[in-house]
Amino acid sequence: MGRFHRHPDGTEHDHLDEADAHDHDHEGVERDVGDHSGYTATGANRIAVLEDILSENDRMAEVNRKDLIGIRTVNVMSSPGAGKTTLLRRTLAELSGQLRVGVLEGDIATSIDADRLDGFGAEIALVNTGNGFGGECHLDAVMVRSGLARLPLERLDLLVIENVGNLVCPAEFDVGEDARAMVYAVTEGEDKPLKYPVMFRAVDVVVVNKVDLLPYLDFDMGIFLANLRGVNPAAQVIRASARTGEGLDAWCSWLLG
Amino acid sequence: MHELSLCQAIAESVARHAQGRPVARVAVRIGHLRQVVPDSLLFSWEVLTSGTDLAGTALDVEQVPVTIECNRCGATSVLDDPIMLCGSCRDSDVTVLTGEEMLVVSLSLAEV
Repeated sequence: MGRFHRHPDGTEHDHLDEADAHDHDHEGVERDVGDHSGYTATGANRIAVLEDILSENDRMAEVNRKDLIGIRTVNVMSSPGAGKTTLLRRTLAELSGQLRVGVLEGDIATSIDADRLDGFGAEIALVNTGNGFGGECHLDAVMVRSGLARLPLERLDLLVIENVGNLVCPAEFDVGEDARAMVYAVTEGEDKPLKYPVMFRAVDVVVVNKVDLLPYLDFDMGIFLANLRGVNPAAQVIRASARTGEGLDAWCSWLLG
Repeated sequence: MHELSLCQAIAESVARHAQGRPVARVAVRIGHLRQVVPDSLLFSWEVLTSGTDLAGTALDVEQVPVTIECNRCGATSVLDDPIMLCGSCRDSDVTVLTGEEMLVVSLSLAEV
């Protein structure tokens, strides 16, 4: 186990294990090597915590999950521009009249996506995450909770949570969903599963979107799928085009669980 | 990118456990499978705590490598990249043993 830390002069290093944690010298450096008291793990002034950093988020996610019993809830994630909203528009049109659908729309700013989803008979709640430090890059369980309060849960069969477009952060935050989907555009190339493994590992299904563009791209589906299998062997894959409607049936049937 | 949110959560956890006592150091443990950049976490911690009771509190970040156990041959491997393959038989049916940690481990109270 490495123990990464930084000294006041800006140098930083890893301690490989407890044994070398304290009495090391920094070769050729004549100076204070920093306060290592934090590594004296036995002091009476040390309080053991061992608490998950996201425990509060996870607690709130469980509260959401309880409120969502009986409603199939799917957290949809992707990078910006992969086609989440376009796919959702088609999905809502497809399911309209069959199911009572709610959409919780997360965005850093603007109601553009929420407006695009209007008019399909779905209940829509917008959660703008743009508070504080210029906008959160993900939805967390508390933000979702605030959105749930604005949806008529007793009248829903399916809730789609459209997360903030981002391949990094949303994967870390449980918001109370039953399943996680990712919309991936073939224009993003084959390598992203290797670059964003946390996100690709976190999802149950990957909708490989914009396949109507394949004739015009150098995208190699075989390489992409091999990369995806490398980080997430269990993920289901649906080839789709939100533009032409290809794969929509398979996606809708996955969505319904 | 979400390091600031994590620091917020760390600060809340610290406040719960310190119960008003001054804190000198906070130790956290982060697995390599979490997309957390230690530098970014340290920077966020500085930004977030400045002007609060936790200003100047050191954040010690312990990183945990990814280890997996193969469900076929039983071998344990340490991974350098996120490709979930057994280092011995290359099977993909593996269980992650370590690397997904994201914990506040302990606090060290300041001498008063």
